[in-house]
Amino acid sequence: MTLVKISDDALARACGADALAAAFEKKGCEVHRVSSWGMQWLEPLVEIDGKGFGPATADDVDAILDGSSDLAIGAIEDHPFIASQQRLTFARAGKTRPTSLEDYAATGGWSGLKRAREIGAEQIVEEVLHSGLRGRGGAGFPAGIKWRTVAQTPGAQKYIVANADEGDSATFADRMVMEGDPYALIEGMAIAGKAVGASQGYVYLRSEYPDAIAKMNRALELCADIIAPFKCEVRVGAGAYVCGEETSLLNSLEGKRGEVRAKPPLPAIEGLFGRPTVVNNILTLAAVPHILGEGGANDYEALGMGRSKGTMPIQLAGNIKHGGLYETAFGITLGELINDIGGGTASGRPVKAVQVGGPLGAYLHPDQFDIKFDYEEYTASEALIGHGGITVFDDTADMGGMARFAMEFCAAESCGKCTPCRIGSVRGVEIIDRMREGRSRGTLERQPQMHNTPKQDRSAEDEVVLLADLCDVMKSSSLCALGGFTPYPVVSAMRYWPEDFSDDPESVTRALERIGT
Amino acid sequence: MSKEQRLGEIIAEHHGREGPLMPILHDVQAEFGCVDAESEAIIAKGLNLSRADVHGVVSFYHDFHTAADQRPEVQICRAEACKARGVEALMTDAEAAAGERVKLSTVYCLGLCSVGPNARIGDDLHARLDSTRLTKLIESA
Ligand SMILES: Cc1cc2nc3c(=O)[nH]c(=O)nc-3n(C[C@H](O)[C@H](O)[C@H](O)COP(=O)(O)O)c2cc1C
Ligand code: SF4
Ligand code: FES
Repeated sequence: MTLVKISDDALARACGADALAAAFEKKGCEVHRVSSWGMQWLEPLVEIDGKGFGPATADDVDAILDGSSDLAIGAIEDHPFIASQQRLTFARAGKTRPTSLEDYAATGGWSGLKRAREIGAEQIVEEVLHSGLRGRGGAGFPAGIKWRTVAQTPGAQKYIVANADEGDSATFADRMVMEGDPYALIEGMAIAGKAVGASQGYVYLRSEYPDAIAKMNRALELCADIIAPFKCEVRVGAGAYVCGEETSLLNSLEGKRGEVRAKPPLPAIEGLFGRPTVVNNILTLAAVPHILGEGGANDYEALGMGRSKGTMPIQLAGNIKHGGLYETAFGITLGELINDIGGGTASGRPVKAVQVGGPLGAYLHPDQFDIKFDYEEYTASEALIGHGGITVFDDTADMGGMARFAMEFCAAESCGKCTPCRIGSVRGVEIIDRMREGRSRGTLERQPQMHNTPKQDRSAEDEVVLLADLCDVMKSSSLCALGGFTPYPVVSAMRYWPEDFSDDPESVTRALERIGT
Repeated sequence: MSKEQRLGEIIAEHHGREGPLMPILHDVQAEFGCVDAESEAIIAKGLNLSRADVHGVVSFYHDFHTAADQRPEVQICRAEACKARGVEALMTDAEAAAGERVKLSTVYCLGLCSVGPNARIGDDLHARLDSTRLTKLIESA
């Protein structure tokens, strides 16, 4: 019987993988639903004897089986998109059935946990420190240092919290881990538990990921005995972007409004229910089983550049020809990612702008394509890597509109705790609207009581200065990165595409200079 | 079973867990389509909280609603990557197709960002939408 492999990842399913799988079964084939290779433009991708066909529909089944299909891409492992990657976290992608314990064990699963149990807590922390692994959720904080803090803080009950809120647009690597290799995450959490002395784990999973929720629940049920005495359960979020921020997430887990907490105290010291807590991103935790393997920490440390060690699962999205998951060592340039690997835009038009790092990340101009994927290099360019999501826009994009959206998103998702973010974002939308549409002062501002309000209409240049000034305030005085980083996409859009904001682009440039941003 | 009894069951089911409120609210929202004032009061009593505490949580999260909406719901992603792939150009047709009968709501990212525009109906996800496909989805929702 022919063995056919088709992903049961949410993206493949949304593109019709279930109907395709059913069509192959009807032809008498044995179908294995495996994880996704991450070549998303080819989903649903059919694999027979290592060879790929995609994107396929039920109508293509006969041609694929009799070898006449023009969807053939040859051997999947040799496809340039796959062959040029360095997959550590996604080593199993495309190859195993996600919740099969048999497949997981047969591909080296649980060996990191086994070794971790042998070498003991202190040595685990040492190895994670040595690997140079930094948090993949955005801030890039060294995982080993966080773990050491929790390990050294006394407490009868400690927690491991896996942050699966993945709210950034253009990111789906966490989803792919949970749907494609859930045991890798669970193993990483169990190792973290062993390292810091935590017996309970929670996966805080966004409600926008129904498939991941089902898979994680299933996987946790099946492996309960293997990870014992460590216990772990899924908690589902409720549609708030800000709950990806770690302290907001902890409040949500506790059953409170997802308001951000002031730090200190650090969650590592006073986290969930006031107890020492490790909060790590899914990719951080899923990298751990590899690092804890024999020689894994050394291998990991040897990859990457500067202080950005190891590999990063980069997510190529938006208007890109070859979108998907690309795991590679740090140091790759943006130009290589978008032009060489991504194949440019899906529309075939020139690239206008690229947003890296989700809604809080800067828009980068094609002139900046030689920037290397590295935490420090991005910071130096007033940009951020964030969770590694890349959105490509072609030349039809309206960057003034995207800047407005950044403010609108901040207003919709602000937790409301601090004024620059809660009010500033609303004012930001209004200013951008005025800049683009022109507006005279409302009657309210003309009332005699409003004696501090200037009565003359603001010039276009005044509006720009006001926006630049607002961005400066939000950046410097917001409590968390939602309010604090929203200015990045706004200011970068103003800097590189001033013509999308005003009929007088020069005024935009002058205003940015005046504010000194 | 009365609503109060059913709420009592849901509360009892989660009562022993750490941080029981969110799982309770999810179950109540799924069962009744909303967490209304009456439910808030009963949950508050069950967990020894004030109703204000519970209402504060209900009103914070986009997933919880204080009144049920009987219309079928279609969620459309309008975050950056889907914008880059043209979702905004579909909205006029989508709104026309939805009319008063279907509730269109906005989500920010379904994690399918390279194959947008995307929509979600219940737990089903739909990708690579164009105006025709989206309109059809909305009409059959
Ligand atoms: C507004 C906001 C949203 C965030 N969203 C996420 C998220 O979805 N997933 C995540 O892992 N980290 C997110 N973070 C970062 C977390 O606060 C935290 O730094 C991270 O979970 C720590 O794990 P790591 O060290 O493994 O990266 C967010 C931060 C902010 C300010
Ligand atoms: S910046 Fe915004 S999201 Fe962050 S704490 Fe302040 S109000 Fe809340
Ligand atoms: S941005 Fe629309 S699915 Fe991610």
